Order: sequence, then structure tokens, then C-alpha cells
Amino acid sequence: MTEHRPLLDPALLGSREGSAESPGATGPVLAAVELRKLYGRHEVLRGVSLEVERGDVKVVLGPSGSGKSTMLRCLALLEAIDGGEVRLEGRTIGVRQVGGRSIRLAERELAHQRSEIGMVFQRFNLFPHLTALRNVMLGLTEVRKRSQDGARQIAADMLARVGLGTRVDFYPSELSGGQQQRVAIARALVLNPKVMLFDEPTSALDPELVGEVLEVMEELAREGMTMVVVTHEIGFAKHVADRVVMMDEGEIIEEGSPEEFFANPRHERSRRFLEAVH
Amino acid sequence: MSFDPAVFWGALTSEGMRAGAIIAISLTVLAQLTAVFIGLGLAMMRGSGIGLLRGASWTYVWIFRAIPTLVQLLFVWNALPQLFPALREEWFSAFVAAWIALSMNEGAYMAEIVRGGLLSVDEGQQLAARALGMTPWSVFRTVILPQVVRVIIPPTANEFITMLKITSLASAISLRELLTFTQQQISITFRFAEFYAAAAIYYLVIVSVFMVLQALLERRFRWTSQRGGERSIASVMRAIGAR
Repeated sequence: MTEHRPLLDPALLGSREGSAESPGATGPVLAAVELRKLYGRHEVLRGVSLEVERGDVKVVLGPSGSGKSTMLRCLALLEAIDGGEVRLEGRTIGVRQVGGRSIRLAERELAHQRSEIGMVFQRFNLFPHLTALRNVMLGLTEVRKRSQDGARQIAADMLARVGLGTRVDFYPSELSGGQQQRVAIARALVLNPKVMLFDEPTSALDPELVGEVLEVMEELAREGMTMVVVTHEIGFAKHVADRVVMMDEGEIIEEGSPEEFFANPRHERSRRFLEAVH
Repeated sequence: MSFDPAVFWGALTSEGMRAGAIIAISLTVLAQLTAVFIGLGLAMMRGSGIGLLRGASWTYVWIFRAIPTLVQLLFVWNALPQLFPALREEWFSAFVAAWIALSMNEGAYMAEIVRGGLLSVDEGQQLAARALGMTPWSVFRTVILPQVVRVIIPPTANEFITMLKITSLASAISLRELLTFTQQQISITFRFAEFYAAAAIYYLVIVSVFMVLQALLERRFRWTSQRGGERSIASVMRAIGAR
């Protein structure tokens, strides 16, 4: 790539329809308030509260089984919660109030709210029957109701910006893991979400392919995207995160700037975790 | 009495045999197509969160797989008009009866095939599509269904071929398909070998055409960008051979 072209280009993504946001809007973009989640009798999330400020990159660390992925899925409205709430730009989402009680919205209604939140999965989850281009187009045509031609242009442009301009007609099975994950990022990004959630985006990659994905994520962070990243990449957390969150056994046990957290973790369990991953 | 090529050729090119073949093919295509949709409905009911629907689907598959196809065919043709006067009309022909009986029977088998297809689609597919903000119907239509279709093509093609052969059961309700005509001619001429051989040739040719169509269809679902110049006869033959 000779000239640098931003990933978050208003000319490409267009202004968001029907949104009251302004660049100076205050308050967290995304917030979890006392989230609780049960699997049977097991409490996976035990009152998790989190606030993500506009443009912040929040990296979530923690041992496997600590509830990180579950938290992301609840934030993305992909799982029903058993307590607490999720707020997007100050508005409670995922539920509606009926007689003082919160009732989960129907799938159709949830769908619209989900389109405001981008999600990237550990195992990419690209659609194997569609080319890279079609993978990125699908949300534009099905959710944003763009025309085929309009969607094709935006999708091709976005793929070029993540460095896959020559791979648009390839199917997922013909792409490397790193390329697949970059398509997945483009697929989420193209809907112009208010926040991007990453669920261990590099954990399924061969070591030599991790860099190209982290590069795109760093670029995204530089351009001011609001991000929540669950990862084991300590380097990424140190250099890109604005805040680091440590989770263990369904709770947030510590939160701080990366400088504080890595130099001087307050919690014993944070210390043990950092020793284990180093 | 030896094999008389002239009689064989006469049978092979007879108008009646051709007409019988057309009836067999039409019945196969219609019944199998209907069965795919019945199977899809049953499979979705089976996977639904509503217990009543799951139970109804299970019961359907249980009944229609247990009772011999011939019994179902005879029941629809002979018993149903006795029970429902509306079926004593002109339109309720042997063809319509066979279509109904064979699709309902085959629907039970397709239900299991489609269910397997639905289960084969990775959980992450739905998750990713929902995360994009797609509605359930949109997820099903654009993400799940294409992947199910790919998985069920080979077993469905198998069922298709079986269906063609099962249409010969309709000779029991005097539908003038291939076998009915063949047996009629045999009862007149007593040339068993020539007429059965001619019928066999028809079935062979029809099944071969199906196999080519299946190979072409499977190739459309191969999901690869390297498709150019592959439309040769050789590649189709390879696809058939690979099965």
C-alpha cells in the first residue's frame, strides 16, 4: 500500500442514520452494570461492571474460564443475561421494561441493536459459502439494506484497506488464518459500529500470522475506534490498551492503566496470571 | 424361445414406454421436490423450542418410516376416497394419489437428512450472522440454508434415485408408468426378457442423467474461486466416478 487510507473513513462508511451522537458526546459508549450470567447453577458472571469511554481500547485479561468471552457475548447481546444491564451510549439495550421488570427483546428487535456493535470471534466464523467480498457485503445488504452495487463498492474498498484488495474473490477456505480474521474485521467494521468487541482474535492463529491481525487492530485503535479486546497478547495490552481489566472467576478483580497494571499488579491473582503468561 | 432383438428394439422405441418413462420422471421430480420441503419443515419443527412441534415431527417420521410404502400408496388411493368424499372427484387421479403418498413417505426420510444437514452447520455461523444484526429469517436464508443444501445434495440424490425406482410401485394402483406398461405388454406378448430389458435400459438412462445433474449441482456448491474452464465432460465424469 502506497498511500495510507484510514479504516474509519466517513466517506466510505457514511454518517450513522438516526443517531443523536456528536463528537463531543459525553459518557461511556458501552457499559456493563452488575452483569450476571448463569449456566445452570454455575455463575459465570458475578456482577461485572465495566465502562468503555469513547475511543478507548480496553483490554481484558484473565485465565480461561474466568468469564471473559461470556462477558463479550453478553455485551454483544448474543446471550441473555440473568441480571444487571448493558448500556450503549447511556441507553439500556437488549431488554424492554414491562411493569418494572426487564424482558429480553425478541430476536428481530435485538438484531437491530446488535448491528451497532461489531464482534470479531476467535475462530473467525466467516461464511464458507461466500467469497471474502460477499462476506463483507452481507451485512450491508441484509442489515443496512444497501443495494448490491453500493455494498460491493464499500466492501471492496474496506477489504483493500485491511490489505486484502487482491483477495476479494477468494473463498475463506482459500485464505490463511490471518487473512480470514482480517476479512472478519472488515465484515464487522463496514457496518460502522459504535464499538468493536474482539474475542481472542489471534488465539487460533499460527504465530507468524498474529502480527498482521494485531496491526489492523492497532491501526483501528489509532483512528479512535472504541474497542474491548479479550486477548492473551500481553504486548498488545502494553502498547495499545488505554485500560487493562483483569478478570477471574466471573469478576473483575482489577482495572488500571497498562503502566500501573503491568508494573505493579495490586491483586495476588493478577500477579500469578502475569507470571504464568510471561 | 431366444432373445429377439427386433422385439426388444420395438419395445424400446414404443410410444407407451416413452410415455411411461415421462410419467415416472415427472412423478419422481414432483414427489422428491415436495418431500424436500416436507423434510425441511419437519426438521425445523424437530429443532424448535416448542415441545408440541418436536413431538409432532417425531411422530410423523415414526409413522411414515414404519409403514411399508406400498401400504401407504394403496391407502391413499383406495381408502382415502372412502373416508373423504371430496377425493372421489375426477382430479384425484392415480398420479395425484401416488404423488401424495410418495412425497409424504419420502418426507419422513428427508426430515432425517435435513436434520443432519442443520446439525452439521457450525454453531459459530449463526453467532457471527446474528452479531452482524441479521434477523433470524435472514440468517437462515443467507447463511444456514446454503450450507445445509451443500451437505444434503449427495444423500438427497441417493433418495432421488430410490424414488425413481419406487415409482414402479405405482403400477399397483394402475398408474401407467414404465413398469405398468411393461407388464401389460408382457401379458400380451409373453416376451419377458425383451420387455424387462427395455425397461431396464430406460431406468439406466434416467439414473445416468440424474447423476450428471447431481455432479453439476455439487460443483456449484464447491465454494472455490478456481472454477474457470472446469465445465468439461471430463470433469463431470470425474465427479461421477468419485462417488
